[in-house]
Amino acid sequence: MRKLTHPDHLAEWRTKILEDRPTRKKTIVVTSGTCGQASGSLQVLDALRQEIDKRGLADTVGIEVTGCHGFCEMEPSLIIYPQGTFYKKLAPKDVPAILEETILKDKIIPSLTYTDPASGHRFSRQKEIPFYQKQMRLLTENNFHIEPERIEDYIALGGYQALGKALFDMTSEGVIDEIKASGLRGRGGAGFATGRKWELCREAPNHPKYVICNADEGDPGAYMDRSLLEGNPHSVVEGMIIGAYAIGASEGFIYVRMEYPLAIKHVTRALEQASKYGLLGPSILGSEFHFDIHIVQGAGAFVSGEETSLMASIEGRRAFPRQRPPFPAQEGLWGKPTNINNVETWANVPIIVNRGAADYAKIGTEKSKGTKIFSLVGKINNTGLVEVPMGITLREIIYDIGGGIKAKKALKAIQTGGPSGGCIPAEKIDLPIDYDSLVQAGAIMGSGGMIVMDEDTCMVDLARYFLGFTQEESCGKCVPCRVGTRQMFDLLTRITRGEGEPNDIARLEDLANTVKAASLCGLGQTAPNPILTTLRYFRHEYEAHIADKSCQARVCKDLVTYYIEPDKCIGCLLCKQNCPVNAISGERKKLHVVDQALCVKCGACYDVCPAKVRAVSRLTGKSRERIAP
Amino acid sequence: MTVEDILKETNSAQKELIHILHRIQAEFGHIPPDSISAIAKHLRLSANEIFGVLTFYKAFTLEPKGEHVVTVCLGTACHVRGGVRIVEEFERKLGIKAGQTSPDRKFTLETVNCLGCCAIGPVVVVNGEYHSLVTQKMVDSILDKYRAAGRTS
Repeated sequence: MRKLTHPDHLAEWRTKILEDRPTRKKTIVVTSGTCGQASGSLQVLDALRQEIDKRGLADTVGIEVTGCHGFCEMEPSLIIYPQGTFYKKLAPKDVPAILEETILKDKIIPSLTYTDPASGHRFSRQKEIPFYQKQMRLLTENNFHIEPERIEDYIALGGYQALGKALFDMTSEGVIDEIKASGLRGRGGAGFATGRKWELCREAPNHPKYVICNADEGDPGAYMDRSLLEGNPHSVVEGMIIGAYAIGASEGFIYVRMEYPLAIKHVTRALEQASKYGLLGPSILGSEFHFDIHIVQGAGAFVSGEETSLMASIEGRRAFPRQRPPFPAQEGLWGKPTNINNVETWANVPIIVNRGAADYAKIGTEKSKGTKIFSLVGKINNTGLVEVPMGITLREIIYDIGGGIKAKKALKAIQTGGPSGGCIPAEKIDLPIDYDSLVQAGAIMGSGGMIVMDEDTCMVDLARYFLGFTQEESCGKCVPCRVGTRQMFDLLTRITRGEGEPNDIARLEDLANTVKAASLCGLGQTAPNPILTTLRYFRHEYEAHIADKSCQARVCKDLVTYYIEPDKCIGCLLCKQNCPVNAISGERKKLHVVDQALCVKCGACYDVCPAKVRAVSRLTGKSRERIAP
Repeated sequence: MTVEDILKETNSAQKELIHILHRIQAEFGHIPPDSISAIAKHLRLSANEIFGVLTFYKAFTLEPKGEHVVTVCLGTACHVRGGVRIVEEFERKLGIKAGQTSPDRKFTLETVNCLGCCAIGPVVVVNGEYHSLVTQKMVDSILDKYRAAGRTS
């Protein structure tokens, strides 16, 4: 295929790709994003290729290697089409049976199918699995069908059609109007109206203009942007080209964090291909529109996710944020008007152009349109990426899609929005999720991290964890954030150590409100949120830590004593053998004793003590007085 | 490849600075301090500015790392699943703190704020190889694997 120099070339190419597709009876789709590869998908893939070779089945069955399908918990997994058979948690040893039984004889192998933890039902087809059933996979559906390094797969699914439509059937203003009418809001966290943002940049008098894709997905526990870039990079690229056309930008940048090597690889490849076929560069599809995209690799600084810092980083400087206004739409990269959106926002653009704003706006709630991808992680059965319509309740996400809490424990809270976000307590589980309801609850949508916590999570420790994160990542430019995050972190550390004073809660609140009001950028302005929401919903835990020196979740080490109950210990030696610091003494069939002076409170003894025995107690608060000298 | 070779291949706009540092870090495992003035000259910036940028970002180090780089994920999902205990176990076993390199230069222990594979946490990456659902008990066997082996990446 040569360069596409006319909008009709796109459709012709698509027809040709579909015609040229080898017709095989079956296709095995192996999911191989970062999660999949970390779980061993490449080994499974090797085994599949060898086995197909060995059996001479290359004409009967094809292999496709796609990005992430979202069901991280089940990796490495595969789907066999056309039936849609789903096999989970595979090892290379499972491969011969898959070919023998399922490929050749159309038989399902029950042991490899998925069992729903909630109902105990087995599901052999991917579409039937509850995890997928309640989702609305507008952006992520194509991850099932695309080999990320093949532009042909994207074209075959109608890729770059939206670009053709925008360039030849719509004016720039028309595209902006369409995005405005769709109600799309920024998926990076703040939820600013995307169409309005584009308009501001378009109206700015200066030239040249730039567009940026923010792929510095720094929130711990959020990885939907990685999945989109890894699994369907062209959808993001297409969105950016359309946006650039609407805004009148001539150059674009994708800023990807360095922790995502696979995403960087796939995006780089996508940009090469798009240039090769005339979808980037001069006269795109034969139009008068010229546009290029460069990829920039981050260097490990959380603050570079903030838009003004990110631009400083692209310019080759330290990622310091600066005062706004002027907003990037007026003065951004190198002082020129710049529009910056996050990965998921860009990926929505081709969908809106293809479906039309009116159709898109049917999805979601009044003020939050479309879908949102959440990363459902923590103490949840079905860890994974889930794409749901705005307005779905937390209960549906956690129980229907997520399969409930691990080990049948009780849900305590859900943390959304990463270090900038807040905790939603279990009693608010029927909260419909959209930008505004989350803010009301004290949390934020953020980039979409959703961390599920059970009764074993200490909320003071969690607040301390996030403050530890923000104080380390604070760039140091403004005093409230630099000093304030550190002071809050120190106060929380003191409380978790059992050295808290009655006044500390008031001090924390005072500091939190000051840092929130006075910090220069979003990092500092939102850093106190984890404290403020945990104080709002779990104040009693702070009080227990301070007044009773008690941590009910048994997380804060200095408040917990590991103690072997003399009347329960059977002298099995297990804890003694597993203690990393040899703090446990005792002989077979005799009582074991923990030397408190040596104990590092790692919890290994508690974990290995047999469930029937339960001789290791974790004492906290008043109960520690029992063994006090 | 020398620092000069890398500089020759990149143009001298300031926006290339982070890219140049990435390439030098990848080539040498650190930024050799004496390369700073060469970079500064190439980009027509002061050595001070180069130093400021390279110390700002976590990707760059002025000291060489150990033969094997152990990275323990401390993202939120790994944290609530006990990632801290894993780091502490590595610290005990290696006799160093996170961020340090063992005196025999065999191991560097690092932490990272999220690798985005939360389903398989706690996650430990050694020389780019992922170890999933790591428990304290697995720490020794993970180290053993690399203690014997030479440099793999």
